[in-house]
Amino acid sequence: MSDTPVIPAAFADLVPFAGWALPTERERYNKRIASTMDQLQSFYDTLFPRLDDAIAHIDQFPLDDLPDDAKHLLWICCALVTVSFPVEVWRQARVPDSGASSFDAVLEPAV
Amino acid sequence: MPHFTKPDEGSWTEHYPELGTAPVSYADSISPEYYELERDAIFGRTWLNVGRVEQLAKKGSFFTKELDAARTSVIVVRGMDDEVRAFHNICRHRGNKLVWSDFPREETSGVCRNFTCKYHGWRYGLEGELTFVQQEEEFFNLDKADYSLASVQCEVWEGFIFVNLDPSNTTSAREHLGELGKGLEGYPFHEMTQVHKYRAEVGSNWKLFIDAFAEFYHAPVLHAKQAVADESTKLQSYGYEALAYGLDGPHGMVSSWGGMAPPKDPSMVKPIERVVRSGLFGPWDQPDIAGLDELPPGVNPARHKAWGVDSFVFFPNFMMLIWKPGWVLTYHYWPTSYNTHIFEGTCYFVPPKNARERLAQELAVVTFKEYALQDGNTLEATQMMLESRTPVDRFPLNDQEILIRHLHASVRRSVHEFQQQSAKTPARDRHEEMRR
Ligand code: FES
Ligand SMILES: [Fe+2]
Repeated sequence: MSDTPVIPAAFADLVPFAGWALPTERERYNKRIASTMDQLQSFYDTLFPRLDDAIAHIDQFPLDDLPDDAKHLLWICCALVTVSFPVEVWRQARVPDSGASSFDAVLEPAV
Repeated sequence: MPHFTKPDEGSWTEHYPELGTAPVSYADSISPEYYELERDAIFGRTWLNVGRVEQLAKKGSFFTKELDAARTSVIVVRGMDDEVRAFHNICRHRGNKLVWSDFPREETSGVCRNFTCKYHGWRYGLEGELTFVQQEEEFFNLDKADYSLASVQCEVWEGFIFVNLDPSNTTSAREHLGELGKGLEGYPFHEMTQVHKYRAEVGSNWKLFIDAFAEFYHAPVLHAKQAVADESTKLQSYGYEALAYGLDGPHGMVSSWGGMAPPKDPSMVKPIERVVRSGLFGPWDQPDIAGLDELPPGVNPARHKAWGVDSFVFFPNFMMLIWKPGWVLTYHYWPTSYNTHIFEGTCYFVPPKNARERLAQELAVVTFKEYALQDGNTLEATQMMLESRTPVDRFPLNDQEILIRHLHASVRRSVHEFQQQSAKTPARDRHEEMRR
């Protein structure tokens, strides 16, 4: 994705984190482990207080027919779920004691 | 003092006296020789779950499944008559793998009207019949009817597709699953079509990963950091006790308490869980479908108010977890050698109606992944030390680890029975028998 994904205007404060609008769990997880804790923390601190608003915004539209900006916002919310573990629990980007083991999504919903 | 009642014998393990209570050996998990025995004695002749009917949505839908442990690859396909069939994935001309794309070792799926071999273009219909031979007139008295795909026994139980590679097998998949399987019939599996599937290559014997998921004794310790600090200390001091265990034939189940979906006290759980209303036990809000309030008798068999999840270990390599809030998780363990296997974890939900439900499912799935990453890594450490064959070769198991004792005993029994049978029937006769 070379262009920054569009996100709904009401969520302009999330523009710096638009790079988290990634369609798959695998991409979101890869971005998480490639990030510093500071980066994860600032993404979390910005979106977490607005999560309920974000969900309410997306839920104005049917899930199977989301406009692009709402879809991007949903992916960013999914990324917050991915990032909540290092921020709320691990204090590091990787799962502790997980070493080299990997666990890859091979099938997931389209949206 | 146990928090939950145990059987009159005083323990779950002693309730099944054939299990004994002695320390056990894991010699069945550390040698190539033993694995070769398991391939023939277990994977080559036991019903194996290879998927769900939803993967075959239309007439002509197919998928392939690599069954290394059973020394084959199978094609599973829905015919024009809607029947689900399975075939060995081998071309009858010169043995090329019939269905694959790009990488011969990778699984594939799709929709088609016939299977065409990449090598010389022989074609087979969806019922396995050979329909086209390139330059047929160059062959010698070739009757196409003699060269259909080799079929594999295939049955559907509650939407789960099973195959059995033993042509002489006479037991149905339903019979194989026994009482524990019957107790689940009627559960609304067919409503849970929103699928998230994970795959991992794990550096341990397949049974050791089942062991890790067949007991929750490890959970308060290995996964301590996953809970908020106070909660984690409390969980460790309580330890773990199941509501009930059940064994039937080679299969087993553990019924476990929940109480976390939703938790009694929101401060027990992480901030994200409070907002998204979901966590390890799944989304807190039960989906609005029939069949979740009146559960079949095999689910929460103790009818306990504190019930949260049941885990079934269907022999040999299929686990199913049924969670109180109305979703299902399956595990499959596909051996690739004595000390490696492919693990598949699949989450099944009722399709979300909105973003809130979608995120609740995402949190359940991602939480499962975070736990599984911890579980998977511990296994390599276990395999390594078991293989080192230090003088330590007998290991105690407690009452909450009964399913492990039972799994290894079931494996040993299958191998033993197979060896006895093979001793009686010389190899040549066995092959003749296979051909008939
Ligand atoms: S091997 Fe399949 S057509 Fe020759
Ligand atoms: Fe675990």
